[in-house]
Amino acid sequence: MAKLSSTAVKRVDEIIAEYKDEPTPLMMILSAIQKEFGYIPFEVQEIISEKLGIPVADIYGVVTFYSFFSLKPKGKYVIGVCLGTACYVKGAQQVCDKFSEILGIKPGETTADGLFTIDALRCIGACGIAPAVSINGKVYPKMSVSQVQAVIDEYRALGGAN
Amino acid sequence: MEMVNIKIEGHPYQVEKGLTILEAAQRCGYTIPTLCHFNHGECSRGSCRVCLVEATGARGLVASCVYPISEGMEITISSPKAVSARRTSVELLLSNHSKNCQQCAKNGQCELLHVAKITGARDDMYEGVKTPTTLDKLTPSIIRDTSKCILCGRCVERCKKVQGTGILGFENRGFKTIVGPAYNRSMAESPCILCGQCVNVCPTGALMEKSEIDLVDKARKEGKFIVVQTAPAVRAALGEEFGMKIGTSVTGKMVAALKRLGFNRVYDTNFGADLTIMEEATELLNRIKNGGQLPMITSCSPGWVNYAEYFYGDLLDHLSSCKSPHEMMGAIVKSYFAEKNGLDPKDIFVVSIMPCTAKKYEKERPENANKDGLKDVDAVLTTRELAKLIKRSGIDFVRLPDEEFDQDLLGEYTGAGVIFGVTGGVMEAALRTAYHALTGKEHDLIKFEEVRGFEGVKEASIDMGGTVVKVAVAHGMKNAKPLLDDIRAGKSPYTFIEIMGCPGGCINGGGQPFVKPCFLPNEDPDILDTYREKRAKVLYSEDEKQVVRQSHNNKQIQALYNDYLGEPNGHKAHELLHTSYKARERFPK
Repeated sequence: MAKLSSTAVKRVDEIIAEYKDEPTPLMMILSAIQKEFGYIPFEVQEIISEKLGIPVADIYGVVTFYSFFSLKPKGKYVIGVCLGTACYVKGAQQVCDKFSEILGIKPGETTADGLFTIDALRCIGACGIAPAVSINGKVYPKMSVSQVQAVIDEYRALGGAN
Repeated sequence: MEMVNIKIEGHPYQVEKGLTILEAAQRCGYTIPTLCHFNHGECSRGSCRVCLVEATGARGLVASCVYPISEGMEITISSPKAVSARRTSVELLLSNHSKNCQQCAKNGQCELLHVAKITGARDDMYEGVKTPTTLDKLTPSIIRDTSKCILCGRCVERCKKVQGTGILGFENRGFKTIVGPAYNRSMAESPCILCGQCVNVCPTGALMEKSEIDLVDKARKEGKFIVVQTAPAVRAALGEEFGMKIGTSVTGKMVAALKRLGFNRVYDTNFGADLTIMEEATELLNRIKNGGQLPMITSCSPGWVNYAEYFYGDLLDHLSSCKSPHEMMGAIVKSYFAEKNGLDPKDIFVVSIMPCTAKKYEKERPENANKDGLKDVDAVLTTRELAKLIKRSGIDFVRLPDEEFDQDLLGEYTGAGVIFGVTGGVMEAALRTAYHALTGKEHDLIKFEEVRGFEGVKEASIDMGGTVVKVAVAHGMKNAKPLLDDIRAGKSPYTFIEIMGCPGGCINGGGQPFVKPCFLPNEDPDILDTYREKRAKVLYSEDEKQVVRQSHNNKQIQALYNDYLGEPNGHKAHELLHTSYKARERFPK
């Protein structure tokens, strides 16, 4: 397991300090960490445990309960394909399969270059524009299989640049 | 107290407001089967669905362990709908359970089988996929087998709420849910203190001690000279395994049984406890005199020592360097006793009968061995394992006569040694001897009442002939934590602190007989509130019966120092009877 850098530890401390006085700080801290790091490293769970006095087992329980949290680093671009009922009947499964086929990974996996992760999501509340795909917060409405390649190319063009 | 009127099975009752249906039914003389509910709601998740009943005003069947009663409620336990639902709940639990019952260590004490019998659950009603399981055998103390886990959460609550350690938790979701340490790691690779409290509350065989009966069998086959010793708390509970009432003293029968099991010597760990007191009281007085690290904290409880090493690695110099009594006893058996009897220490096999699972780990510590690496203690059996050994050997325990421990060399013990098995006991025993060392007199009352009882933290100020010593006693890690945080913050007012890993001390250790009301029809319904006191009473009354009640007045201890060890805390004593600790990483990478 990679060790956290001192800047990362500092950032974790800041996030904890920001939320620790909330009535139920754990979910907020974990969400912020997930957003910041793309996953929730074990060391971070240990730090949160130490600071909040919540056992690591409890934190791990929350992290593994919600599919939103990830234990492994996610790619730079997280492709969320909604497989909720409305999207599903509008062909979301085929869209999802096309992403898998082109990127060579299954939902939940990350490409070797660390660029893409596919997440199969349950309803994201955008049934009116089904099938919906959300990439790092940007929503692609009414996706079709034929558009998939172009969307991937768009992000490939951005590459690993920040 | 506000009362409400309810009806159960058509009969009217008045019960306290605020109770759950399950509690109310219990008070009115009904027993609704349950698995996840335990000990006055210490655990009650409504998750097992074994306690379903019909109640007016509720939609469908309700889990009686979490559903509150209300005025005018009519409860039906016996309706065909409720009976069938409870049976289905158990059948569903069984469908995801590894059913190798005859090999299961909980065979005979399994609550799942108990409710299966009560509800009439049929075999293999729902065959199908099972949750992927984990079998963790890596610690010397506890085996975790999730194939037998029913997700009741009793261990999780005990670990978190009672012990304050929180090693076990639920992980994953839905059908993949299991209970275990974070990342489903082994208990050996997590900061588990191995106290075994989780084992005591687990309704099935998902958590059990790691048996060492086969080690004893092997030693017998090899013709070893086997010395067995029994911890004080064992005699206060062993009888329960044979249907005797909780609180029955079985010292004499226990010795008689051990003498029929092929052991060459049967000794009492109390001798080791007396020896511990000699060393520990001397260490305390030396620390006071020489400006050593204070408060000094006892080190007899291996669960507590584990906790200290994991969570308070910066305070380890506060721990007494004394080995625990059974380790001291083992070290003396393999040195002094071996020499006096012309035995090669390598041919001696020391078995400790302990109320404890952490002792199994403790005996494996490299510090608890002589300089050639020969372990002080070779096998640790829990009270429950001893009962198995006795039953297996065809001994009718209840009808055994009372017999005496072997009396040669290491046989004498005092009342101070006996009370080691209960919270406050080590403190009281140490104070008796420390008082004598400081004042040259015996303490008038002998008893130090303030340190007795089951309050989480007890404190006392003892006048030691002009010097007032402030002491504290804590049992269970949750109670110990504030005392330790005070030491860390540099504001602890105490000179001496006793800490025991389990709530109540060794009498409630992780290796003691299970206290499960469903298997104890002859005990009072409030037995979970009273069993610790009942067991403690056995030890305090044995103390009162002893003629000699201070460790320093034990003649064989005096002889051991005169003939062999020299002075307490002297060179030889240090080599044999003292140990060291090191901070441990909680989650080694």
